[in-house]
Amino acid sequence: MRVGFVLGEMFAGLRRNITMTLSVVLVTMVSLFFFGAGLLVQQQVSILKGDWYDRVQVSIFLCGEDSPAEACPEGAITASQRDALRAQLQADPLVDEVFYESQADAFRNFQQMYDTSITANVTTEQLPESFRVRLTDPSRYQEVTAEFVDAAGVEDVPDQRAILEPLFTVLGTATQIALGLAALMLLCSVMLVSTTIRLTAFSRRRETTIMRLVGASRALIQLPFVLEGVIASLLGGLLASAALWAMVHFGVARLRARPGFTTRLIDTHDVLWQTAPLILAVGLVFAIGASLFSLRRWLKV
Amino acid sequence: MITFEQVSKVYGEGHRPALAEVTLQIDRGDFVFLVGPSGSGKSTFLRLVLKEERASRGTVQVAGRDVGRLRSWKVPGLRRQIGVVFQDFRLLADKSVYENVAFALQVLGKPRHVIAQTVPETLGLVGLSGKERRRPHELSGGEQQRVAIARAFVNRPAILLADEPTGNLDPETSVGIMKLLDRINRTGTTIVMATHDDDIVDQMRKRVVELRDGRVVRDEDRGVYGSGR
Repeated sequence: MRVGFVLGEMFAGLRRNITMTLSVVLVTMVSLFFFGAGLLVQQQVSILKGDWYDRVQVSIFLCGEDSPAEACPEGAITASQRDALRAQLQADPLVDEVFYESQADAFRNFQQMYDTSITANVTTEQLPESFRVRLTDPSRYQEVTAEFVDAAGVEDVPDQRAILEPLFTVLGTATQIALGLAALMLLCSVMLVSTTIRLTAFSRRRETTIMRLVGASRALIQLPFVLEGVIASLLGGLLASAALWAMVHFGVARLRARPGFTTRLIDTHDVLWQTAPLILAVGLVFAIGASLFSLRRWLKV
Repeated sequence: MITFEQVSKVYGEGHRPALAEVTLQIDRGDFVFLVGPSGSGKSTFLRLVLKEERASRGTVQVAGRDVGRLRSWKVPGLRRQIGVVFQDFRLLADKSVYENVAFALQVLGKPRHVIAQTVPETLGLVGLSGKERRRPHELSGGEQQRVAIARAFVNRPAILLADEPTGNLDPETSVGIMKLLDRINRTGTTIVMATHDDDIVDQMRKRVVELRDGRVVRDEDRGVYGSGR
């Protein structure tokens, strides 16, 4: 009986304030959409970083006959320098595995990577020999780089991060903008929820006065109002989830269909099982908080 | 049933007290008129009984409870013992007569079959059988007040408070309402009625408590309205 009563009161309230309810739904939707989008971009960045770190190998290029004099003042690397480098690498706790790539190996890889119009003009001697190093902790590759870049017989240890860092910076900024907008919009939706509830409480003060006088508990008086906020926020959250799903389903799928795009991308599964539950929970908590806060002042026992 | 001991109520710093050292005992089954000019403290008295306000000093006891010390979550329990009727009826315009009375039981979580039995019974008691489906605006003032009384009484409270219940009604209709309140009083319900209506007070010959500037200036069994003047 009481469940029916509370639900009846709640739907009556939602109907009575249909425009306010709709605005709560829409503002909540937009705010949670930005919040979810920020989360998804962040997730994509961490996938990219993970993938990249998995692949990270430090390449230590060794001095050859053609190396520039400022990097290799002593000319080509000697056999003893090479052995010393290998021993130093193998003793390094950061180093997991060391592969040696001779000039012949390098030439073979080069031929595989590029077509003959380019490889025809390149000889084995022009390509440097190198150590390819896999790290125990890829995120600490800079320490290894610093350790070997000035060693005798080493021409260069290129910093691979320079290639990907700009991308990470852009994505990081995008995340921050999305989350900032989300915070602003969440603030708007909280204020809107509490205003709406205040208006509803005011328009139904006759009912609530009577409920108080006949001895209804405070919980019963407040519950319909709280539920109104909760229902409106949940609707907004569901719409936001649907919009995020559509964005990932259609937008990211198109990106994935492009040739040459090999990186793992976020998919609708991430939206459904991670982002959507989270934004619904956030919407719920904010709605309950906002309604209880506004009711505390307006519906005293 | 209701005991006031040296009760004072001051609404704001420096204001004249709305009630000043009121000591009063109302027993179970009493019918008491609270009379006095506007601002004499009648409404404040009723609000203190309902714990809508807190006494500034003194103790208020209602139905065996010390109202001043009552925890806020126990206030609804107190109010279930008390029915209230107002001058302006305070009915819900979008609910029918039946729904208005049932509302009081619904919010207390009474089972459906109890509501289905009690509401028609109570509407019969107040003389509104056959008008269950009307809306408040389709009823006369007297009928609306009967709905309000039915709503206040449907839960069979021990106390019924009435704040100027005949204030908006013509004398003839008022007599009908008073007969109804008298009938309810005879079921054992304590009734406290604040009123300006001297004719009614003189006719009923019940206990009269007169307030003036927040003080009890007269308390007579079988009193009349005007003897204090």
